[in-house]
Amino acid sequence: MTETDTARHGPLHDIHVAAGAAFTDFGGWQMPVRYSSDLAEHHAVRTAAGIFDISHMGEIVVLGAEAGAALDYALAGRLSTIEEGQAKYSLLLTEDGGILDDLVVYRTGADRFLVVANAGNRDAVAEELIDRAKDFDCEVYDESDDMALIAVQGPKTREILTQLTPQLEEVDLASLKYYRCAAARWNGHELLIARTGYTGEDGFELYIAPDAAAALWTAIIETGQGSGLVPAGLAARDTLRLEAGMPLYGHELGRDILPVQAGLGRVVHINKEGDFVGRAAVEAGPPEGARVLVGLVAEGRRAGRAGYPIVTESGEVVGEITSGALSPTLGHPIAMAYVDPEHAAPDTHLAIDVRGSRIPATVTAVPFYSRKA
Amino acid sequence: MPDLNALKYTADHEWLEIDGDVVTVGITDYAADQLGDLVFVDLPQVGASVQPGAVVSEVESTKSVGEVSTPIAGEVIERNDAIIENPELVNADAFAGWLFKLRIDPAALDATSLLSRDEYTEQIGQ
Repeated sequence: MTETDTARHGPLHDIHVAAGAAFTDFGGWQMPVRYSSDLAEHHAVRTAAGIFDISHMGEIVVLGAEAGAALDYALAGRLSTIEEGQAKYSLLLTEDGGILDDLVVYRTGADRFLVVANAGNRDAVAEELIDRAKDFDCEVYDESDDMALIAVQGPKTREILTQLTPQLEEVDLASLKYYRCAAARWNGHELLIARTGYTGEDGFELYIAPDAAAALWTAIIETGQGSGLVPAGLAARDTLRLEAGMPLYGHELGRDILPVQAGLGRVVHINKEGDFVGRAAVEAGPPEGARVLVGLVAEGRRAGRAGYPIVTESGEVVGEITSGALSPTLGHPIAMAYVDPEHAAPDTHLAIDVRGSRIPATVTAVPFYSRKA
Repeated sequence: MPDLNALKYTADHEWLEIDGDVVTVGITDYAADQLGDLVFVDLPQVGASVQPGAVVSEVESTKSVGEVSTPIAGEVIERNDAIIENPELVNADAFAGWLFKLRIDPAALDATSLLSRDEYTEQIGQ
C-alpha cells in the first residue's frame, strides 16, 4: 500500500483526502480504499446507500453510421440491436477467445455508443476498438479524461437522488429501468445517468465532466446524510461485488480465460451474423478438462483468498480461488474459484487449503447474495 | 493504553511491551489501519514455544491477511481471547488489543533488533 509518485489522481482526489480516505493503487490510479471502515461502508450500501468514485474507469466513444456494426465485430455481444438508452454487458475477446476486458456498452444516440472499460485495460481497449473499427464508417475516441464517474448504490439511492438539490432535470428516475441510461442535467451541467451497478443493489451511475464532479459529489453526500449514505471505498466495493457474484478482471477474468469457463457463455452471441473477433476460438471451445468458475461457501470465519488451492477430501489439488472473503452480509466465508469440471457441480464437497489447514467448502451457485425484490 | 514511547517495535509492525521476563505482543495502529476491519484473529496456544521470525498469529480483515511473528524466542503464557470473539477491538485500540504474552530470557533481548517509537514512526513515514 505504498503510494507511488506515478499514480494518477482523479478529479475527486482532494475531496477524498479531506474526507480522511486511505488510498491504494488501482490500475495506475490512487483510489480511496476506505473512508472509515470497510464493514460500515459495506453495510451502508446493503441497508441505505453508498457513494463511490469510479472516475478511474475508461470511457471510449464509438460514433458514426456503422458504430453498431463495428461493435458487433469488435465485441462478443450483439450491440447494433440495442435500443437508444439501453445498456449491455459485453466482452472484448482476443483472437484466441480469451477475455481482454469486460465492458458495459451504453447506446447514447442512434449512432453513438459509450464503452466503459476497466481502468487497467483502458488503453488496451481503446487501441483494440480503434483497430477493429478501422474498416467501418465510425470514429473511436477515448473520452476517459473528460469524464468523471460517480456511483450511488443501495436501497435508498433513488430516494436520495430524487431529493437532490438543485434537482436532476430531464430525467425521471422512477421510470428509468435497470440497464438503461438517460441524458440529464444538474446545476447547469450535462450528465449521463445509468441504472447499472456492481454491488447487487439498486443504484445509479452518473457520468459528468470532471470540473463538475466535486460539486455533484458534495451535493449527493449532503442530500444523503440523513438517509444513511456514506462514501464507500474499493474495499467495500470488492466485498459487495463478491457477494453479488460479479467477476472482476484480473481475478475471475483474463486473457487466458474463455467466456464459457467464467460462466459468461450467454454474453457471447454465437448466432449473430458476420464474423467477430474470437468467434472461431469460442466456437471451438476450451480444451477438454479446462477449469470452470464456481462459487464456494464455508463455515467459520477464516476465509480463503485469491491464490489459495482447492483440494478434495484426499488432498488432490483440483482448483484455485480467484476472490475470497468473509462475507460481511452473510457472516460466513465465500469465494469464487476455478475448479476442474468434474468437481464443479453444486453441492460438491471440497476443501480450501488455508496456509496448510483445510477448511471444508461446498460448491454453490452464485450470486451468494440477492437483494429482496 | 501503554506509554507508546516506552514500547519497542518491529519493522513488521508489531509492538512489544517488555516487563522483566514477560513480553506482551500486539500489532500497531498503523498495521491495523492498513489491514482494515479485522474479522478473524488466530492466536497461538498457551504453552507453545515460539522461535524468532516464526509466524505465530494471523490477523485477517475482509480484504487481506496479516501475519504476526515474534522477534524473540519464548513460551506463550497468556493469550487475549477477547479479541478472538471481537477482532474489531484491535481496530478500536491496537495498543489495548494485545494478542499474546511470552515468557522470555531477558538476556536474549540484547541480541534482538527492536525499534524505538521514533525509529518506527520514521519507518512508516509518520
